[in-house]
Amino acid sequence: MKTKRRGKVVRYNKWGYIFLIPFTAAFVIFQLIPLITTIYNSFFENYMSGLNQIGPTFVGLDNYVTLFSSGDIWTYAKNTMIMWVMCFIPQIVLSLLLGSWFSDVQLRLRGSRFFKAVIYLPNLIMASAFAMLFFTLFSDNGPINSLLMQIGFIDEPYKFLSHTWSARGLIAFMNCLMWFGNTTILLMAGMMGIDTSLFEAAQVDGANSRQVFWRITMPLLRPILVYVMITSLIGGLQLFDVPQILTNGTGAPMRSTMTLIMYLNKHLYSKNYGMAGALSVVLFIISAILSLIVFRMVGSDSRKEAKKWKKAKTTTK
Amino acid sequence: MEESKNNNKVKKSMSIHARRAIAYVVLILVTFLCLFWFYVLFVNATRSNGELQKGFSWVPSTHLIENFKNLSAGTLPIWSGLKNSVIVSGLSAILSVYFSAMTAYAIHAYDFKLKRFAYPFILMIMMIPTQVTALGFVKLVKNISLDDSLIPLICTTIAAPVTFFYMKQYMDSSLPMSLVEAARMDGCGELKTFNRIVMPIMKPALAVQGIFTFVSSWNNYFVPALVLQSDDKKTLPILLAQLRSADWLKFDMGQVYMMIAFSIFPVIVVYLFLSRYIVQGVALGSVKE
Amino acid sequence: MRKAQTMKRVLAGLAAATLAVTGLAGCSDDSSSTTSTDDSEVTEEGKVLNIYCWNEEFKSRLTDHYADYEEVDSTTGTIGDVTVVWNITPSDDNAYQDNLDATLLEQADADDDDKIDIFLVEADYALKYVDTDYTMSVSDLGLTDDELSEQYQYTKDVMTDSDGVLKGVSWQACPGVLFYNREIALEVLGTDDPDEVQAYVSDWDTFNETAATLKEAGYTITSTVNDTYRVYSNNVTSKWVEDGEINIDDNIVAWVEDSKALVDAGYTGTSDLWSDDWSAGFYGNVFCYFGPAWLVNFSMAADTEGSVGYEGNWGACEGPQGFYWGGTWICAATGTDNETLVADIMRTLTCDADVMTEIVEDDDDFVNNQSAMEALADSDYSSDILGGQNPLSMYCANAESIDLSNTSIYDQGCTEEFQAAMKNYFEGNATYEEALDLFYTAIQEKYPELTVPEE
Repeated sequence: MKTKRRGKVVRYNKWGYIFLIPFTAAFVIFQLIPLITTIYNSFFENYMSGLNQIGPTFVGLDNYVTLFSSGDIWTYAKNTMIMWVMCFIPQIVLSLLLGSWFSDVQLRLRGSRFFKAVIYLPNLIMASAFAMLFFTLFSDNGPINSLLMQIGFIDEPYKFLSHTWSARGLIAFMNCLMWFGNTTILLMAGMMGIDTSLFEAAQVDGANSRQVFWRITMPLLRPILVYVMITSLIGGLQLFDVPQILTNGTGAPMRSTMTLIMYLNKHLYSKNYGMAGALSVVLFIISAILSLIVFRMVGSDSRKEAKKWKKAKTTTK
Repeated sequence: MEESKNNNKVKKSMSIHARRAIAYVVLILVTFLCLFWFYVLFVNATRSNGELQKGFSWVPSTHLIENFKNLSAGTLPIWSGLKNSVIVSGLSAILSVYFSAMTAYAIHAYDFKLKRFAYPFILMIMMIPTQVTALGFVKLVKNISLDDSLIPLICTTIAAPVTFFYMKQYMDSSLPMSLVEAARMDGCGELKTFNRIVMPIMKPALAVQGIFTFVSSWNNYFVPALVLQSDDKKTLPILLAQLRSADWLKFDMGQVYMMIAFSIFPVIVVYLFLSRYIVQGVALGSVKE
Repeated sequence: MRKAQTMKRVLAGLAAATLAVTGLAGCSDDSSSTTSTDDSEVTEEGKVLNIYCWNEEFKSRLTDHYADYEEVDSTTGTIGDVTVVWNITPSDDNAYQDNLDATLLEQADADDDDKIDIFLVEADYALKYVDTDYTMSVSDLGLTDDELSEQYQYTKDVMTDSDGVLKGVSWQACPGVLFYNREIALEVLGTDDPDEVQAYVSDWDTFNETAATLKEAGYTITSTVNDTYRVYSNNVTSKWVEDGEINIDDNIVAWVEDSKALVDAGYTGTSDLWSDDWSAGFYGNVFCYFGPAWLVNFSMAADTEGSVGYEGNWGACEGPQGFYWGGTWICAATGTDNETLVADIMRTLTCDADVMTEIVEDDDDFVNNQSAMEALADSDYSSDILGGQNPLSMYCANAESIDLSNTSIYDQGCTEEFQAAMKNYFEGNATYEEALDLFYTAIQEKYPELTVPEE
């Protein structure tokens, strides 16, 4: 009996490898090779001067030394984190709020199908097109300024992209607007995956919506929440297109909106594979450490927790 | 005693009413913020180049049809661009969700030696900024002479770590192994189990990631611009960029906005179609233990 | 487009009248126009002509004005038995240059039919290609100095490499002038006569004094500081990079000082060119814009009711200094297997006075042919947008005064980064030194091989 079972398990498990083949093949071809070159390149001086190739010359850790000696990288890391936090906090709060309202059976919101469909729409607009609209609206003679002047809030046009905090705020706002629907949908999909009988049981037990949310929804949502946190963190570290387009790649004013990837992009302009490689490796390490922290903080006991609930549910039944 | 219970009930329903009111206010505000851009885009698409230079307007103008005529009569092959965009985004979405689910299933359902290594490894790749590998990718594509072809743009999505990660997380919360085991008992083959049992359960996740992949591929500019060269292969974002770098004689912001509207319209249709799955909650029912 | 069509008609009539003049002064085209089709040596050349560019402009010029070109579809055509393949990559995000660079670097190993034969460049980055072996000398293609003699010197300066070899040619010239708002001029300066207005903007000191007068009346002299940048930067006496070290020319410093003073006094703004704030002045309140003919004819809303151009209220005068804006140059790629054909295309579009006059007639381009343009300047041509003025002699005078011998391969990057960095200074977010440091940082990211001057 026992041996037979093990044989079966082994037979099944070879399918684990088989199912991994497509992913692995595509990954090796299209990502791993460019990636290895990236790391390899970080130890070389290698860039284009006009149409002339400079290098590659092996320079050891020189690129890393250059990267850290100017200290700029920390400024850009700080900018990135500030804008990520400015965008992520409202985004996750709004998404959880909307998610909980949509999944709240007591609330019985009308038109929730419409609202659910609407929230993702901003993401359909290309970032570059979105930025064009933002430029128009927030320009000196634009409607936002004339509105603010009409209500007497300001006396003369406010240059939104020429002040550190309004520029950061605008970037965070636009990013948040583009992505909160995405987050909400992810959370909702997670919430829908939760067995409805749990909610029913909780209702029978007289739990209110807050209790249902914190005791049932949140714990069962943990895997998805971890996903949202980590992908948002990684997305935040890779914050690029919105500030790049809104500031025309300059990170104005005085590079206070320059993010790490925009910095990376600067090096890619001159095909500076050496510096870009070094910066990527550093970015990669930062992402890995941060993700690990998030994982530890919210992720470790997720499955245990969920199982506990399922168990609790079956015992009460 | 009775009174206090009543009181409680009133309080409770009051708070429900209050919460509902707040919810509606927030939702209406959010809806406004979401739809506002489409209105501005529509208004701009109805205005001529000169009117657009004049500054912002809340009221649509009369040049909508004229702009579209100019755009479709121009030399940009917008219809083949549309076709290419549909092909690339559609296939990317399908391949990406299918193979990501398959990969996630491999990690979720099986025990094998390399599993301990495979999972964190895929998570690690997820953290590599895409911009880093872009130029290396283009070089590689040229070396295997797949440049000016849609294939490399589509095939890369087979290995989509972010989609994989989502599928894995979703399986953790919604795919009981007992179901898989039951299927095995019935003598169902592994691939068949995956296709017939697992995939239907994953529907909401597939729809969600399908939309996400479709949209991001639809709006992708940087890599396609480096890979695609001939006009009949180009996707819509490249054509849009081409329109924006038109020479002074042909430059027309009205056409640019019309092109944006033209590019967004199909995605909205696809989205509204797929969003049914998200909104209705097809998942419910099949996951019961 | 109402005004533009009027101008087109006027130009067409004039062009016909000036054919005789330009025909005499033009190049000897009797030998060139027939070579491409029936010469025996042509048959040895390649059957595919690959052209790299970033928009449709050159394609429409070739389609309309090169007799043997037949369009097949939007990216292919034929000239005789040669297939023309258009490779159009938009210039956004540097995609055009990235793509061109990658292909050029593999040019030597590519199959003959895959080799680039012609590619187009803009002045800002022309030298990046001109100063390499990837571009062919125009004289090696058989174009003689005599044939090129009618072209404006500055269009040749742009394409001359560090050894003095000409590497590319253009069919157009884009000399610029100053366009002023006649109503504002009349109200504030008491005159809208071009010669008298010129006295108020004849050099930068006078220009800046006029700015103060305009401010008192509630107008800004320019829409943004970037309006004048090109005028200063076209008149530098040193290059952006000298001996591998970043160098800031005195005239560039003058632009910064003048601009800062203008911004601080509220005489002008800091918005980007082509932004909504910049173009607001097309409808009034901005005294002047700097630009070539195409700007006022096609880009300043002359066809929109209520705009200054629609009312014919712009005037043109030479302004403080000559400059140019825009233009596309044709380069032959080394290794092309279609030398004769490439030479013939260059000759036809940039030396043949008849064809160039045709371009003026059909496309309102300012062509790169001095006698042709001067003949038009002497005619009774008038522009409705400019209130009936004939500005062509000013364009011609400015075109001749432009000296572009001080270009470097770094111009595009330096210009972009310098404007971006100085915006911080103008808007009070940084001191001049801080902004300058930012510029140096940005330049070294773009061009790691450059060094920063020691203080």
